[in-house]
Amino acid sequence: MLNYVVKRLLSTIPVLIGISLLLFFMLRMLPGDPAQVLAGQMATPQEIELIRHQLGLDKPIHIQYAYFLGRLIHFDLGRSARTQNPVTEEIWARLPNTVLLAVVAITLACIFGIPAGIISAVRPYTWIDYLVTSSALFGISMPVFWLGLMLVVVFSVMLHWLPAGGTGSWKHVILPSFTLAAFVVAFIARMTRSTMMEVLSQDYTTTARSKGLKERVVVTKHALRNALIPIITVVGLQFGLLLGGAVLTETVFAWPGIGRLIVDSILARDYPMIQGTILVFGLLYILVNLVVDLIYAWVDPRIRYG
Amino acid sequence: MGESTTANFHHVRTMRKDSRLRRNWAKLRRNKAALFGGALLLIYLVTAVLAPVLFPGNPSAPNLAKSLERPSFDNPLGTDELGRSILGRIIYGSRVSLLIAVGVVSVGLLVGVPLGLISGYYGGKVDFGIQRVTDMMLAFPGFLLALALVAVLGVGLKNTVISIGISMVPIYIRLVRGCVLSVREEVYVEAARAVGTRDPGILMRHILPNVMVPITVQTSLGMGTAILFAAGLGFLGVGVQPPTPEWGAMLGSGRVYLFNSPHVATFPGVAIFLSVLSFNLLGDGLRDALDPRFKL
Repeated sequence: MLNYVVKRLLSTIPVLIGISLLLFFMLRMLPGDPAQVLAGQMATPQEIELIRHQLGLDKPIHIQYAYFLGRLIHFDLGRSARTQNPVTEEIWARLPNTVLLAVVAITLACIFGIPAGIISAVRPYTWIDYLVTSSALFGISMPVFWLGLMLVVVFSVMLHWLPAGGTGSWKHVILPSFTLAAFVVAFIARMTRSTMMEVLSQDYTTTARSKGLKERVVVTKHALRNALIPIITVVGLQFGLLLGGAVLTETVFAWPGIGRLIVDSILARDYPMIQGTILVFGLLYILVNLVVDLIYAWVDPRIRYG
Repeated sequence: MGESTTANFHHVRTMRKDSRLRRNWAKLRRNKAALFGGALLLIYLVTAVLAPVLFPGNPSAPNLAKSLERPSFDNPLGTDELGRSILGRIIYGSRVSLLIAVGVVSVGLLVGVPLGLISGYYGGKVDFGIQRVTDMMLAFPGFLLALALVAVLGVGLKNTVISIGISMVPIYIRLVRGCVLSVREEVYVEAARAVGTRDPGILMRHILPNVMVPITVQTSLGMGTAILFAAGLGFLGVGVQPPTPEWGAMLGSGRVYLFNSPHVATFPGVAIFLSVLSFNLLGDGLRDALDPRFKL
């Protein structure tokens, strides 16, 4: 297991380098002077000169990259061109909001998606299967932000049950997390269904049935256990979708997370902040994939020794 | 004698091709969901092509006297904040979304398929290099990658297409590479190599046809994703800019009037949903009909 962990950790290095290169060249691809871009539109010539010197932008490009990596390792991402606050500070302040939303959403998605997929696989081509598969298809075809707005129309505008946006109480979490979960629940249900159907057609399932085990035992003890492995992977991979969806959901519900931050930064051309938020999203995604792979290897010994 | 055998052979070949096509078509026709998707898609395409006939006049011309009217006989889906017909803007918006979907998938195909073929066929250092770049791109969830690219390239229709297109390239590379790896060692490829066919010939004539089915399926699903992504960017205000009638941007501007005029944000969302649904249904149907590996 330790071997696998080390190997898997090492494999994230090229990806990390890739992210750093992307962030580094992002500013250089923009027309104009990177120091000007980083300082923002309101900066004075002195400020621009200071940033140029601080970041080593007057040095050759590979030295610039080395400087950049050095700052990245220390999580020094500069100051926001818009608010002048350190980028890391602003991101830290908003990160818990996004994580809260993502965790609630993925939990909801699992609670609804996995059972729906199982029922649908156990009773294929019945009304309940058609109900699950068509709702799942609707779910993946629906724009998240539209669903969010429609939920606001129904539950805030018409029924006055829940707030339309903002934070403050548990009531504020309900609509955004359901919106975010809707998309993911559809993927999880589809994946659970196809995995379960495959497992249910395997020889060991037939053996379990012919032993005279009750269908409930066959499904939960024999089939589900084997199907869980790919399902865990899919849940982990959906986290990426969730992060993309978070950008849209946070905008709909005026939710102060990093998703909203990235959009505001793009609109304000606040490049230090754009770099910071993209970095955080990339790191979150890598971290989740890493955890999923480790769980995967822990559950299934074939991976570790393969 | 020799000539007639060749002719005969050709005849048999075209017949075989023909019957396979017919068999697949029959399978696709039996799939009610795929047919429904196809019908939806047809409506969508006809709307896009016939937009000026369906809605005479300029969908972007403001008429402030009619601002935020509820659905009525004159304006079946109501008007937006500038008094423009929402139905008219949705009809013209179908052209914009179709243009984006086709553009995005073209970028994905033109860049991703050749790279995937090369990566899978040649292996070695080339493969390693291409795969590491793919890894880096896949380190970002698709929508975020597109968003990051927009941050660099800027907003607008062209940059929307380029950004989303690039974010789809790694998906095609992976898909094609995987398929190439599975057919590379087949006897017919070896035979082609043995009779002296050059690499480009092998790739185009023997390997590409075997990769066509997954590419077709992915292209249909990719069109749906492209529409969703573009609408998302438009909604955030970093995609296609007003006054161009783009569904996502229409939704974004309608968000402000949600409390008193919810119709402004509702109908463009229905249009996005139905067009994405059509590509997803068709994609699923094509996979069931064409790809024996996914048969249940």
